Amino acid sequence: MNKVVASADAAVADIAAESTIMLGGFGLCGIPENLIAALVRRRITGLHTISNNMGVDGFGMGLMLEAGMIASHIGSYVGENRKLEQMVLKGELDLTLIPQGTLAERIRAGGAGIPAFYVPTGLGTVVAEGKETREIGGRNYVLETALRADVALVKAWKGDRLGNLVYRKTTRNFNPVMATAAALTIAEVEELVEPGELDPDHIVTPGIYVKRVVVGEMYRKPVESRFIKEQIAGGAA
Amino acid sequence: MNGKERIARRIAREVRDGFYVNLGIGLPTMIASYLPAGMDVIFQSENGMLGVGPPPNEAEADPDLINAGKQPVTELPGCSYFGSDESFAMIRGGHMDMSVLGAMQVDEEGNLANWTIPGKMVKGMGGAMDLVAGARRVIVAMEHQTREGEPRILKRCTLPLTGTHVVHDIVTELGWIEVTPEGLVLREIAEGIGAAEVQARTEAKLSIASNLKTMSVA
Repeated sequence: MNKVVASADAAVADIAAESTIMLGGFGLCGIPENLIAALVRRRITGLHTISNNMGVDGFGMGLMLEAGMIASHIGSYVGENRKLEQMVLKGELDLTLIPQGTLAERIRAGGAGIPAFYVPTGLGTVVAEGKETREIGGRNYVLETALRADVALVKAWKGDRLGNLVYRKTTRNFNPVMATAAALTIAEVEELVEPGELDPDHIVTPGIYVKRVVVGEMYRKPVESRFIKEQIAGGAA
Repeated sequence: MNGKERIARRIAREVRDGFYVNLGIGLPTMIASYLPAGMDVIFQSENGMLGVGPPPNEAEADPDLINAGKQPVTELPGCSYFGSDESFAMIRGGHMDMSVLGAMQVDEEGNLANWTIPGKMVKGMGGAMDLVAGARRVIVAMEHQTREGEPRILKRCTLPLTGTHVVHDIVTELGWIEVTPEGLVLREIAEGIGAAEVQARTEAKLSIASNLKTMSVA
């Protein structure tokens, strides 16, 4: 078995316009930056994206937004993207904001064959509007439904040709759960290793979820926010 | 010492040995700097880490290692990484001893608004709704009034809510306010401030604790 594809462009060549696409990452950390770049080169439009954030102006999913490729987006936080804020306020993009944990669990449910589940999150807020609520054990809960996608684009640290993946530090975030919830999961890795090189006890995403593996050509990995030290110093002043 | 530092220093005194704590973005993040020496606390970051360490030097920043504020952090010995689904399982599942968040508005029922201003600001709730629904103790850390001098502690929040009946305590530069079933109680007050002044800068009615103390920020 060999799931390795020659390039990011080849890996995304058959993704159709108007597809629903999950993209891993938290902010710019652990995003499939090479697959996003390849998708931007194809300029397919009408995409429905599911991702915690929306990159920033000029990088990550921000590039897809600026290229006019995204019709709708489901995420939890988009505060770093002014272009998106302007588009939403003008009604040019259909944005659905949902709690981050609910987003993660809806994706998990989608990959795990669970159509819906109850959570306490968002009760009494706009998030619960129009949704079934139910009292269980004396507390009220909101019914949330599973999320699936046509395609998931994920980023791992190392992978093998069978699609087994491991992640590095906080780049893991939404990547493993999204890998389980799409008809076509494409993983970009920094390093391709031989089957058996990854310790089976340490594999986070077993290869069954992954259809294609591609080695990322180049990683820019910008750090979004560097001001923590200054912020603390300012607070202490 | 500015107002934000006073708030962070006071909340740091509420942390106990053995606590697992999630600190929100911005002001709450500063609390980690003011913990009493020797306090054994583990910080969780909802992007998928337990055992978050202090920020690195610029040269040592690793883009693969950030907190939920997207700022570079470091590992402490015994730290662990996990995916977002597991991160929120531990948050929603009641495993966090304490969650400290910023707010735009809080009201006398413990309702919290901190994620959007309709027609003006599109940001999103991130993990805030999950944190307030799941943490055992929810503390709001914020400046007492808006930059324009409007009250933030209200009879009823006017902005879209993050959670209902979720806030246990509100700490501002003016004092410590506990949310009780009977309403808001001023427990501690900043040095040099009178209770009447705190009330004047608060829309909601404050009861004054019979044993009102000075807010310690040592």
